[in-house]
Amino acid sequence: MTPLETVTPIAATGVFSLAWLLIAVPLVCAGVLLLLGRVADGWGHLLATAAPIFSFVLAVVLFGTQLGAAPDQRVVELSLYQWFATGGWDIGVGLRIDPLSILFVLLITGVGSLIHVYSIGYMAHDPKRRRFFAFLNLFVAAMLVLVLADNYLVLFVGWEGVGLASYLLISFWQERPAAAAAGKKAFVMNRVGDLGLTMAIFSMLAMFGSSKFTDVAEHAPGLTPLWATLIGIFLLVGACGKSAQVPLQAWLLDAMEGPTPVSALIHAATMVTAGVYLVVRSHDIFELSAVASFAVVVVGTVTLLAGAWIGCAKDDIKKVLAGSTMSQIGYMMLAAGIGPAGYAFAIFHLLTHGFFKANMFLGAGSVMHAMNDDVNMRHYGALAKVLPITFWTFAAGYLAIIGFPGFAGYFSKDHIIEAAFGQNVVIGLCALLGAGVTAFYMTRLMLMTWFGTKRWRKDVHPHESPLTMTIPLILLGIGSVVGGFALNFWIQDWLEPSTGAHPHEVSLLPTPIGLATLAVVAVGIVVAWIMFGRKEVPDVAPADVSPITVIGRNDLFGDAVNNALVVTPTRVVAENVILADDTLVDGAVMGSAAAVGGLAGQLRKIQNGSVRTYALVMMAGTVLVGLVLILGQWV
Amino acid sequence: MPFEFTMPEFRLIAPVLIVFGVACIGILIEALVPRQQRFVVQSTLACLSLVAALGATIVNWQAQSFQPVVNGVMMLDGPTYFMWTMLLLFTLFSLLLFGERQLGGGASAFAASAAAVPGSKLEADSSAARMEHTEIFPLALFALSGMLVFPAANDLLTMFVAIEVMSLPLYLMASMARRRRLLSQEAALKYFLLGSTSSAFFLFGVALVFGYAGSFAFADVAAAIHSPTAGHGLLVAGVGMLSVGVLFKVGAVPFHSWTPDVYQGSPTPVTGFMAVCTKIAAVGGLLRLFYVALGAARWDWQLLVAIVAVLTIVVGSVVAVVQTDIKRMLAYSSIAHGGFILTAVVGTYTSQTGLHEGYVGSVGAVMFYLAAYGFATLGAFAIVTLVRNAGGEATNLSAWAGLGRRSPVLAGLFGLFLLSFAGIPLTGGFIGKFSVFESAWEGGFWWLVVVAVVMSLVAAFFYMRVIVIMFFSEPAEGTQIGSASWLTWVPILVGAVATLVLGILPGGVLELAAGAAGFLR
Repeated sequence: MTPLETVTPIAATGVFSLAWLLIAVPLVCAGVLLLLGRVADGWGHLLATAAPIFSFVLAVVLFGTQLGAAPDQRVVELSLYQWFATGGWDIGVGLRIDPLSILFVLLITGVGSLIHVYSIGYMAHDPKRRRFFAFLNLFVAAMLVLVLADNYLVLFVGWEGVGLASYLLISFWQERPAAAAAGKKAFVMNRVGDLGLTMAIFSMLAMFGSSKFTDVAEHAPGLTPLWATLIGIFLLVGACGKSAQVPLQAWLLDAMEGPTPVSALIHAATMVTAGVYLVVRSHDIFELSAVASFAVVVVGTVTLLAGAWIGCAKDDIKKVLAGSTMSQIGYMMLAAGIGPAGYAFAIFHLLTHGFFKANMFLGAGSVMHAMNDDVNMRHYGALAKVLPITFWTFAAGYLAIIGFPGFAGYFSKDHIIEAAFGQNVVIGLCALLGAGVTAFYMTRLMLMTWFGTKRWRKDVHPHESPLTMTIPLILLGIGSVVGGFALNFWIQDWLEPSTGAHPHEVSLLPTPIGLATLAVVAVGIVVAWIMFGRKEVPDVAPADVSPITVIGRNDLFGDAVNNALVVTPTRVVAENVILADDTLVDGAVMGSAAAVGGLAGQLRKIQNGSVRTYALVMMAGTVLVGLVLILGQWV
Repeated sequence: MPFEFTMPEFRLIAPVLIVFGVACIGILIEALVPRQQRFVVQSTLACLSLVAALGATIVNWQAQSFQPVVNGVMMLDGPTYFMWTMLLLFTLFSLLLFGERQLGGGASAFAASAAAVPGSKLEADSSAARMEHTEIFPLALFALSGMLVFPAANDLLTMFVAIEVMSLPLYLMASMARRRRLLSQEAALKYFLLGSTSSAFFLFGVALVFGYAGSFAFADVAAAIHSPTAGHGLLVAGVGMLSVGVLFKVGAVPFHSWTPDVYQGSPTPVTGFMAVCTKIAAVGGLLRLFYVALGAARWDWQLLVAIVAVLTIVVGSVVAVVQTDIKRMLAYSSIAHGGFILTAVVGTYTSQTGLHEGYVGSVGAVMFYLAAYGFATLGAFAIVTLVRNAGGEATNLSAWAGLGRRSPVLAGLFGLFLLSFAGIPLTGGFIGKFSVFESAWEGGFWWLVVVAVVMSLVAAFFYMRVIVIMFFSEPAEGTQIGSASWLTWVPILVGAVATLVLGILPGGVLELAAGAAGFLR
């Protein structure tokens, strides 16, 4: 396979030289809010909301300029300063504004702005509101660094920054033990992913002497297949950590302990899709290694089924949506792994998913707001009339995610399923099955929340949310309806300068696979209706359920698997090393002396003896020095 | 050859003379100034002397006074000035920590009467009489004068004397902790015994190399290696012995055993001083010894130092994972950092071995690394003095649980220092690691870099563990943040700012270090 022709970047001029403001404004706002302290309590949230709106406006201007330019003039690089130069490695801090990154910038600042507005209402009574907004701004700034970076090292800075903001926001209500534990879990599991990304970056630096995207693209064809595969796998591990893909998925469900706007922004629309961005951005590497690409496909496929499975079994509305997020990102990964034919579709689905999932998370937040922060869907029911705006916008999101013809997900998901069939029939069938299961659990969610009978707890008096919350819902709802159609014919051509050309026709007419998808989705809806629409929903989750449900309720035992695979081995290795350092050396020397005296004597002997032990180690070291020097004479 | 006496270049060695002279004056102060005023007089005078010495160093450096001094026993060149500047600056910060008395309720971190048997009546009485060991200041200055000579020493004997002048006061300082006296005294004794052993090795090495070269001077040793007159075995044996002596001071495995015990037992400000300044001086001395005197014999010692570097990095990183005491953990971390520094030493990537234009090279990389390490380490130890419970400093890791909720600022700063130790981008530690690894790589030791990178990822895990404990655990009972004066906060804040500056805008210091990397021979 030959690498794709991509466009040579041009230097930033005019309005592009202001691109750094995209990042600087939210970053400075976050700093101001954190440093000023209580002084800013009264107006801090307004300033914080203005920041992403500013960035969004600037992003729209940049986008408009790019639209007006010829395709080969759309990749712009703005170098900010030379970070460090050590001769062999010259690392600069620079931004890359190209068709790929500008779409992310628009998504992050656009959805981000709406979620800031929403949070004004949602967090109105929280005593730590100012800090919340500061963290949100910090997140937006870090996420923009991630997608605008022109090399992997700067990307890594953003990668860590969004991680930091994510931990801070997951454990925002840290007085709740579950929230603190969830923050810790996300932190620890993401370290595994970061390990992969770090290894990838160091490998690139060692191989190419640079981590800049353009240099990597230029030199990548010279890689041996082994190294291409290794770097690809390292990148995939990094992507798995951030995007909650199997086997590093367990943290995302717990992350729902954070405030709901955070779940919408970070754990649905933007940060968790960074893994997909990384894979698409690194397409020059993945195209060289069929093994690494196929690994991406497998991870995506497994995750899309695993997430859907979890989504079916949960009663917590946010966890159903979290499982669904995992699953949808699985689709994106699958598409990204397919190669040139899939990149545009991965990004397409990422964008539409950003709309409809943020929409549904915020809708869920609005429902929780109405139900005294209860998240259990078994306590909902018949809310459609009480929360009309939330209901209709949520319904738009629902139709979008199941792929109802004409809605956003219909376009983006169908393309992925078709591309999956083009890759491999088994993968295609899995993707098709995923679509049916998605329809099933989303219909279940709809029926349990909006229809049926009232199963409300005492003292719950649902009411529609304030305008600051419903306006973002309406805008995102519109995006869920028209987003797919608007981008369908355009996005492949638009992304060409970033991801290369790809012959893949899209049309509005349903293909055979598209028709099959619709049939499977219909089956999913009907099954859900038979199980949950016709019957009364039990107030307490039934205990006598199939093993499949039990596994789903336990997040597929993700924690147990992770403990067995990562935590325990690490601990065992470390403990054995300390054992060797303490016991082996000490024990061998002490053993004879310790046998002599009583307990007190033993303790004293250990204390007196340790210097001798140390001196002995030193002697052994000296012998080692001598041996190495002597042996070194013949080397 | 008749011995000619020349006047020493007073202006050029003024920093050493000032520090040594004020140390001597400090002893007179002990005898002459009333007890109540001693602490203030000693600490002020010591700090002023450091400022003066720092000024003299910078003036001489600016004037490009690169030359041998005092009959050639010391060499003033780029590395010397860079090391001196760091040593004086970090000692100044350490002395600020020494001077902190607000934390201990008006008492310093040092024992009332260090010679008293722990738990005895004498100890209780001297505590009740609010006695203080103000000798700590002259002792620190004596140690510092040894440290200043160590990296500048241009012959083997001077280097040996410098090591001893540096070490003897340190042994005493280690024994002076106010709390946990037994631990402190034990640490001092261990340090003394093992340190003396290592000195014996070094001295033996000096004798052997003298036998080989017929001279103590580094230049003569280097010349003798080029045109040998004695057997090669004599040199190899001498190199081995010298290595043991110097590697002990660096704290490299397998000569590291003293480090955790001594770091844990010493008063925390002294630990900070030792961790930073001893490391700088020892690495500076090691560089000059190996590069100037033994540079031509580097095929003999490179493999040795490479193996020691691997051992040091592996043991330091892995054992740190399971430490439960924060001071011991920082000790192992300091050991691991010694190993990372050694990777650049092994690389011997200097102008003699074909340093390319624009590259930083081994010496520059090591000096930058030391600067980044010094700021973060001093800051970290300063924070250790602040986290307290009823028994004084709470060094057990369990007491640090939930610190992030009790004091987000302090925990955040400690987190920053840990991230720098871990080598995460945007901190000085990252650039430091990057440049030492590059020197090793360019020097042909790519396998060493691979090991070091993998182990630095392992090390990153244990720093992360502490961050997790601080931010995501339930706050520990009984832990509180001591209310410190500016004396403690200055090292912390300067350390934090420097860590960030060295990480985000490293250009200036990196160029300074690269420009000061040339040894005069």
